[in-house]
Amino acid sequence: MRPDAPARWGRRMTPAERMGASIAVAVGLYGVSFGALAVAAGLDVWQAVALSALMFTGGSQFAFIGVLGGGGTLPAAVTAASLLGVRNAVYAVQLNALLRPPARLRPLQAHLTIDESTATAVAQDDPDEQRRGFWTAGVGVWLLWTLFTLVGALAGEALGDPTVWGLDGAAVAAFLGLLWPRLRDRDPVVTAVAAAFVTLVAVPFVPPGVPIILAAVVSAALSLVHHRRNP
Amino acid sequence: MTDLWGWLLAACALAWLIKLSGYLLPESWLDRPWVHTVSTGMTAGLLASLVVTNTVVSGQSLVVDARVAALAAGAVALWLRAPYLVVVLVGALAAALARLAGL
Repeated sequence: MRPDAPARWGRRMTPAERMGASIAVAVGLYGVSFGALAVAAGLDVWQAVALSALMFTGGSQFAFIGVLGGGGTLPAAVTAASLLGVRNAVYAVQLNALLRPPARLRPLQAHLTIDESTATAVAQDDPDEQRRGFWTAGVGVWLLWTLFTLVGALAGEALGDPTVWGLDGAAVAAFLGLLWPRLRDRDPVVTAVAAAFVTLVAVPFVPPGVPIILAAVVSAALSLVHHRRNP
Repeated sequence: MTDLWGWLLAACALAWLIKLSGYLLPESWLDRPWVHTVSTGMTAGLLASLVVTNTVVSGQSLVVDARVAALAAGAVALWLRAPYLVVVLVGALAAALARLAGL
């Protein structure tokens, strides 16, 4: 048999599938940190897993537990998580134009629309590869992210008091790690600094969780100003 | 905790509806440059706010404690292009050590 002949089990992965699979492994693994931090923020193991399986958008999940961990209210946690999820709607528009999914696939494809599946799809030139990249990354990240959230949540539960193990420090680094790659251009840096400042100033005056929402509003307004100046 | 389940599931439903909206709404509604700019800026702003909240906020007051060491260590790890999981572990280690040192 020629080495590149399709085999029942051993079909070679296409470049898009390979990319999707490596992203799934890398991202899936840090589900461990999400699971552990979710438990440290006061969720039980199954609530942590439910967030990964059902919300399935890392930034929003971290925001949800970040607000609760800081003593914020549940409505504030839902608002912060939803605002961070808005970018997924923008990804969905791109993917809809790129992959043209049939109507019956849209609900499932919507669920798998995240940073990683979008990045894998748009990185391909060929339409079939775009489709394979999206589904490999989407399904792969979903499986591993959910599984490793369970692992992390069980570990977090076994660890007990989060501050002893520096888990509160892990949360700080986790958010910084999510922010870091978005600071390549000048405008997001300005927005991030302004949002940080608004948070610091607002904390003593409003209930926990609210400063994050205020920062989101200021960031949105500032981004509009940036857009007007430099469309 | 029942309360938490309700809000949690509502947040999950909202997250899915937001994603689905991009597939169902007319392209011209969402595929505009200002929507891209605002969603990118708001994402950066929210994450920056969450960094601050997790580093120096305790309830309604600002405090400097071991978490600041985690922020500094995490930044150094990111500067050195460490993988995400390593960054998170470095943050935990720094906070644990700073706490041992009495910060």
